[in-house]
Amino acid sequence: MDRSSSLLDEALDFDGLTSPYPSQPGRVVLVEDCVEASGAFILHHLMKRSLSPHSSDAVVFVAFAHPFSHYERILRKMGCNLVVQRDNNRFLFFDMLLPECPGLDGGVGQSIESGLFALYGKIQKAVEVSSLAESKRNVIVMIDDLSLMEVAANGSSNHVMDFLHYCHTLTTQFGCSLVTLCHEDIYSSTERATIPLQVEYLADVIIKAEPLATGLATDVHGQFTVLNKGICDGLGSSRNKMQNFHYRIKENIVEYFYPGSRT
Amino acid sequence: MAESVCRALRDGALDGEHAPALAIKDSGDSPFGPAVFSHVLTQLASNVLAGKSQSRGIVLVALSRSPAFYVELLKSRGIDVASLSKWFVVLDCYTDPLGWKERLMERGSIMNSSPKASVNPSLCKDISDLDKLFSLILQRGKGFLGEGKSRFSVAIDSVMLLSTVVILIESDNDDYSGHVSEMLRHTSTSSVASLISNLRSHNLVSCVFWLLHSDFHEIRVAAALEYLSSMLASIEQMTRPDDVPRNNSQNISLLEHNYRRGKFHVRFKRRNGRVRVMSEEFQVEQSRIKFMSVSSEDGMIAQSLVPKVQFSLQLSEKEKVDRAKVVLPFEHQGNGRSIDIYDGRRSLNDGKRDAMPASSEKVQTSEDSGRGEIIYFRDSDDEMPDSDEDPDDDLDI
Repeated sequence: MDRSSSLLDEALDFDGLTSPYPSQPGRVVLVEDCVEASGAFILHHLMKRSLSPHSSDAVVFVAFAHPFSHYERILRKMGCNLVVQRDNNRFLFFDMLLPECPGLDGGVGQSIESGLFALYGKIQKAVEVSSLAESKRNVIVMIDDLSLMEVAANGSSNHVMDFLHYCHTLTTQFGCSLVTLCHEDIYSSTERATIPLQVEYLADVIIKAEPLATGLATDVHGQFTVLNKGICDGLGSSRNKMQNFHYRIKENIVEYFYPGSRT
Repeated sequence: MAESVCRALRDGALDGEHAPALAIKDSGDSPFGPAVFSHVLTQLASNVLAGKSQSRGIVLVALSRSPAFYVELLKSRGIDVASLSKWFVVLDCYTDPLGWKERLMERGSIMNSSPKASVNPSLCKDISDLDKLFSLILQRGKGFLGEGKSRFSVAIDSVMLLSTVVILIESDNDDYSGHVSEMLRHTSTSSVASLISNLRSHNLVSCVFWLLHSDFHEIRVAAALEYLSSMLASIEQMTRPDDVPRNNSQNISLLEHNYRRGKFHVRFKRRNGRVRVMSEEFQVEQSRIKFMSVSSEDGMIAQSLVPKVQFSLQLSEKEKVDRAKVVLPFEHQGNGRSIDIYDGRRSLNDGKRDAMPASSEKVQTSEDSGRGEIIYFRDSDDEMPDSDEDPDDDLDI
């Protein structure tokens, strides 16, 4: 793996090649992006990282944004075959858009809460199976993305927050990680944007993707800020650092570099 | 000053008065509420353990962090956890606040994997029922108390979750129109408020403190919960970058600064109605919070920003115009022609040609009597700019 792509891992404090997650179980990562700069590539990176042959992690992916084939195509270009991983039970995909997986309104006579409850039940079962198996896998629950989840829940942010609270209990109970994507700027006009705020409180790592302040550039597609607030959990760790990177999305890989280190 | 907060909680309630109540309030810009909460909790715990405090035990209502976290916290601060169950109990509203896990277990879709019971947490599976929660708190608190007059403390981490969940449960039967949710919000606030005030007024409770994330609530809700407290500790960031958007990465060092330090204001409400506000700064290092008095340097800056002078330092509009009209004597104001200054190398003819327009100019300016003007031309015959002579040697000193 080249050095440039490990800049992101360094900032996230996942140790190198051998064990991306186990040293830090139960972390909550929030990726915030905006219209001009999508943060989906960070999810792809984390997905690839945890499904790589070096690690034994499993991913539970809850998709509100795209169908399976979308992620499969992207990850194949990055050198990771999702179909194989799905057959190995290392990748579990919940497509919330498919008709047979009826969203969150749950069909006739069902409330949103029961839809979310059913989804949570599936996730907890998957996490249990993976983490209690003999291989003792670390599980990463990914949600792409919270904003669309709120849409699917008919705009009821309280239900979504409840769901997230239960997902958070999984991180303490099973030591699994929770990675969520949230579009920040669609809330910018609201006075109290509940979901981004509450997830910011929950999160140990906040990654913000934004366009360059100076406008568009050919060499740099955007920047992101990683806030690693290990310190705020009040226990043990003393890391609390903030880093800023520029990135350039290429065909197969994304290059990360410090501002000004590329001309 | 953080000390005086802890002291007030330690001393507990007086006879015939409500128990002291501390609200810890933070916001997204400076999310150190949990750190302050942990600090207050550990201080109180060490006081309880040493027998210095009025209360004999602590009942912690855990809503946003797991019971195991708090045990680890107390352990890491060097508090003896061997006798923990005698004076510390956690009401676990974190693991299963809505009873989802219980329902899943009943269906058999998940295994019964309850976390290790190190502090014998009581699992609370329906936190919408605040009356039940209240009686549970009392029941667990009475467990500590022996014979005689003794009291216990109650800590609630994050009131926010209480109110949101209550809204949620109550609104299930209704449609989500603006008015209804507004009303429900109100009822839920009042039920949380009544829980807190019931606890305060109960004669077994020594002190109550809770955590509040102010930016989740409407101002009204936050104010209602603040009003119930006798002490309010609010946490603010050091600098307010009002002019810079919050998500701008340019001010990254500023943001990083804000993630280490902050301001800590405490408002004490005395029994006689006097209100005292005190400020302090804190720094978070090695996951501990350290309080210090406001640095004098920042005080100086604040003073210089607001000058205490009684006269105007600014020019009025008329003064500005007048000032612009003044023609300065040492500036050549120009008359459209290029400026020639005799440098001693040109011929005399050139010098004469220069002298001609100068005299005509003088005539013009004397006619224009409304404007004062000083025109200075070097007398080329007398002055030698590059001579070696002392210009003052004719003076008889």
